Amino acid sequence: MGLEQRLFRLGADTETRAMSENQIDEGLRSELQKRGVWVTSTQELYNWGRRNSIWPLQFGLACCAIEMIATAASRYDLARFGGEVFRPSPRQADLMIVAGTVTKKMAPQIVRLYNQMPDPKYVISMGACAISGGPFKQGYNVLKGIDRYIPVDVYIPGCPPRPEALLHAFMELQRKIKDQELTGKNKAAHLDREQPSEFPVPNFGAHDLEPPNNPAIFHPPKLERV
Amino acid sequence: MESLEEIKARVEAAVPGAKIEIVPNAAVPAQTSLLLDREHAVAIAKFLRDDPVLQLDHCSNVTGVDWLDRKVTKKVKVKKVVEGVEKEIEEAQEEFFAGYLEAVYHLFSMSSKHGPVIIRMRTPDRATGAHLPSLISIWRSAEFQEREIFDLYGIKFDGHPDLRRILMWDEFEDFPMRKDYREPDDYEYEPTPHDEVLDKAKQHYPLRPQLDGAEKITATDSHG
Repeated sequence: MGLEQRLFRLGADTETRAMSENQIDEGLRSELQKRGVWVTSTQELYNWGRRNSIWPLQFGLACCAIEMIATAASRYDLARFGGEVFRPSPRQADLMIVAGTVTKKMAPQIVRLYNQMPDPKYVISMGACAISGGPFKQGYNVLKGIDRYIPVDVYIPGCPPRPEALLHAFMELQRKIKDQELTGKNKAAHLDREQPSEFPVPNFGAHDLEPPNNPAIFHPPKLERV
Repeated sequence: MESLEEIKARVEAAVPGAKIEIVPNAAVPAQTSLLLDREHAVAIAKFLRDDPVLQLDHCSNVTGVDWLDRKVTKKVKVKKVVEGVEKEIEEAQEEFFAGYLEAVYHLFSMSSKHGPVIIRMRTPDRATGAHLPSLISIWRSAEFQEREIFDLYGIKFDGHPDLRRILMWDEFEDFPMRKDYREPDDYEYEPTPHDEVLDKAKQHYPLRPQLDGAEKITATDSHG
């Protein structure tokens, strides 16, 4: 198909437009690029900028934090991905890396920090403890996964995960941001006014945190009795 | 270092009215300990620290133990008259021990380089009477550890300057290291349950009346 025909298709073909309103045909773009024309969209430019400067919140909870520090240091060098600027304030952070065991006493503070982060914000649940409670799952004082109270974008298993795993999670998150749409039905949650950006902070109860999870976001799979 | 018997004799001579019981330990380390009476515990502790021979100036560890009510059956030989003849018969006797809480202190001497001497104290019961004298005035290092025992076992240390929970939050009411503690039921999602966890997770599994034989139950069954 010639370039003229393709340009025509871009304008007329309703089928391609229905497929995605925000995407440019890859083949067409590369052909244009060969002729010295660089085509992009606002969404692409916006997401490209966002995903290459993800600033994590600087806090750690347990041994996973040591791996997180190693990831940020020179050998693994998170700066290659634009994530080296660990911010000491949630107001300046885009990403919360929940690195370590979340005790029930700490959980309200984590939710509060998440609420203080401006949109768009992302969460990486790093390590077995942050995912499910890990080896402390049956303990009396450990929260069984931070996803009981805040939405998690990427989970990394491991105890603790190696820096490569955190880098992988970081790249997964970048991939996720790349595909976020700015408009339309499937637009990103932070652009949807209906979607909450803050979540209720649990209270310290007489026996457990109250409520023990946020039913609006915590949907564990139903297990069948065997 | 002196033997525990010698320590006990010297303490009882030095502190009038003090009662010390030697608690044997059948386990491999055989760390026999001294059980102090509550009334004289502070005076005894002061003696243990200040005595020029013992000089137990370092309290390295304080921990709690929970003992539930327990029954011990013993076989005792009893003389009885059976059919006019006196015979020795073995009878099973049940002995009841009321539950109590215990605080255990491990003491060392930095200056004389010996230890440990283990002392323990027992509360009269596990409920309202769960009080023990605090030994902070003797060993300052006991402060946080006594707070931890208060937090996890619920022993109240009289004379402690700052008896608050140290690990759990202030609103928490239970004592999680007690043997009768039951944790909140948050077993709704257990991907690989087994043993006790499986039993708890089963409470959350959805009912499957079709597969569990509900179709066999008829209305007449439930009325007789």
